[in-house]
Amino acid sequence: MGEYLLDVQDLKTYFKIKGGYVHAVDGVSFAVRPGEKVAIVGESGCGKSVTALSIMRLVAQPPGEYTGGSILFNDQDLLELPESGMRRIRGGQIGMIFQDPMACLNPTMTVGKQIGESLRIHLKLSAAEARKRALSLLEQVGIPAAAERIDSFPHQFSGGMRQRVMIAIALACNPKLLIADEPTTALDVTVQAQILELISSVCNEFKTSLIIITHDLGVVAGVADRVLVMYAGKVIEEGPTAELFANPRHPYTIGLLNSVPRLDEGRHSELRTIEGAPPDLSNPPTGCPFMPRCFFARNVCRTMPSFDPVDGNPLHSKACWADVTDPKDQAYAERRIQARRQAQLAVIEAASSSIVHTS
Amino acid sequence: MVEQVVASKTLLDVRDLKMHFPLTQGIIMQRVIGYVRAVDGVSFTIDRGQTLGLVGESGSGKTTIGRTLIRLYNPTSGQILFNDEDLVQAKGEDLRQIRKRVQMVFQDPFASLNPRYTVGSLISEPMQIFKTGSNKDIQDRTIELMRVVGLRAEYADRYPHEFSGGQRQRIAIARALSINPEFVIADEPVSALDVSVRAQVLNLMQRLQQQFNLTYLFVSHDLSVVRHVADRVAVMYLGKIVELSDRDELYLAPKHPYTKALLSAVPIPDPRIEKKRQRIILSGDLPSPINIPSGCRFHTRCPMAQSICREEEPVFEAKDGHEHYAACHFSDKVTPPAEAVM
Repeated sequence: MGEYLLDVQDLKTYFKIKGGYVHAVDGVSFAVRPGEKVAIVGESGCGKSVTALSIMRLVAQPPGEYTGGSILFNDQDLLELPESGMRRIRGGQIGMIFQDPMACLNPTMTVGKQIGESLRIHLKLSAAEARKRALSLLEQVGIPAAAERIDSFPHQFSGGMRQRVMIAIALACNPKLLIADEPTTALDVTVQAQILELISSVCNEFKTSLIIITHDLGVVAGVADRVLVMYAGKVIEEGPTAELFANPRHPYTIGLLNSVPRLDEGRHSELRTIEGAPPDLSNPPTGCPFMPRCFFARNVCRTMPSFDPVDGNPLHSKACWADVTDPKDQAYAERRIQARRQAQLAVIEAASSSIVHTS
Repeated sequence: MVEQVVASKTLLDVRDLKMHFPLTQGIIMQRVIGYVRAVDGVSFTIDRGQTLGLVGESGSGKTTIGRTLIRLYNPTSGQILFNDEDLVQAKGEDLRQIRKRVQMVFQDPFASLNPRYTVGSLISEPMQIFKTGSNKDIQDRTIELMRVVGLRAEYADRYPHEFSGGQRQRIAIARALSINPEFVIADEPVSALDVSVRAQVLNLMQRLQQQFNLTYLFVSHDLSVVRHVADRVAVMYLGKIVELSDRDELYLAPKHPYTKALLSAVPIPDPRIEKKRQRIILSGDLPSPINIPSGCRFHTRCPMAQSICREEEPVFEAKDGHEHYAACHFSDKVTPPAEAVM
């Protein structure tokens, strides 16, 4: 086995639509070491969930197609594996937690049975053994009075408790890799804190690698060792969490960090925004996909930049032509930002007279 | 309507508002078997031109407050004084006239816009209903509003499904502003939006507030967003406001253990700070609003609970600081969170 548990190379997952393809994942490469926690961040439609589903080979075919690339898991290409082999991997060696626990649990089956199901299939345990292990898993994920709750149905649990059940199912067979797709998006903040704590601690305990997919940069900061930022089906920046947050080098990453209101900042001024909307992936631009929204954009951005290390640091890479630390480029971007803002304000100010006096 | 000579500073004054929904059993002979006490005695005021942020977890009753204020529900008891007129008593034409001055922006822009209406007709509908001018005036105003919220005037004939979430929320905002309201209730207006789009809509709402001197009730579960937009913040738990104060005071020196726990649970997008933070992990879930715990309703999850908390409900009263209210027996023992940074 090599250095990596999971090595995704140039993955392309397209969806066929009338008259073409949606390039949902378009040349994504990354690797996960044993025990490492990697976060994939991005906005809706950037391809982060499809990347996760591709690793599990759960993309519906058709309309989905694995158009290119490879996904090496333990040096075995998951895209080449027959379906029977893939079944042994899913739930056995790779566990997955989805966003909406109510939609993913079987409403007609007790939680004990659902946890035991994968144990019986993958580890060939007897019903009694599976039940015993399910009980200890429920205790591990912090379900109070687990012995009484093991025969309950999912609808009898709250959202946070259901997510705990999902985690118990995902961890049942001691997987080497856990994929969590927006595991806390549907939950309240206090419950989110409980669940993130739980995911982190079980991964540390069992030396499980983690891929956590989220749009919440706060979640990333607390959980991940390394971060991939995705935009329009591509990884546009990658780096160790501390480095990426302290020294973001892609204008999109900078924009994302600036556009989030922070709990520890009482500023009442305006947020820096990323104007516009992401590109249509059924007709992706040939150049840098972020160019139309980028204040650093210049003519060179009409060709796609390569994904290169920043300042020779092999751990931190970006796909961008501009050097965001160059004062001249910064001044150029600042001028464009201010011009844009003034134009927007002018429209609102001009309108005020007609609106205020109508009633 | 009574013409006011001097407009008072307070636009909205809510007093002991209760909204209980009956729970019934049986199909033909319906019997009331209990009540969901969604809002259970809430009082607050909002000053003209200010934003009150209303935060709480799901099921805390914050959305119900928003909907009751605009009389989408008829409250069980209490008063809602809007410009010194009681909205609870208002009926017929009076209510209609008040509704003209209070508008609402809903959470889900996919559900709140009629899919069979064009954008232009969605925005102009309130103006048609209240007959604010000639058809030509209304048409001009619609185009103007679209520009103000950052939509191109050419889009007036398109349908909502042709727009992204952020654009739809802009349409909803334009519609709410069309009849020039004084007060806008925004119920989770940015929760369904992506991070970058969320910032655009928040900026837009702030610019509009300054320009048109709007008063906002901003309902949200996201404490970071509320810190950014609100002047004052109210924290709800199980149908009651447990703490209410000026924004910075609430975030820097909370006086209720629930507020403190809530603040500590919010992730901050900075790994250096995240490493050092001490989270207060609340055990368990929100109790049911049908069976509200005795005494202080937070005692079942409170890390500071004593026996008095189980027996006696704490009074919502002024504490040290500038108009800082909290409902806790031990509010002077709540220490400020360590990571509080200005």
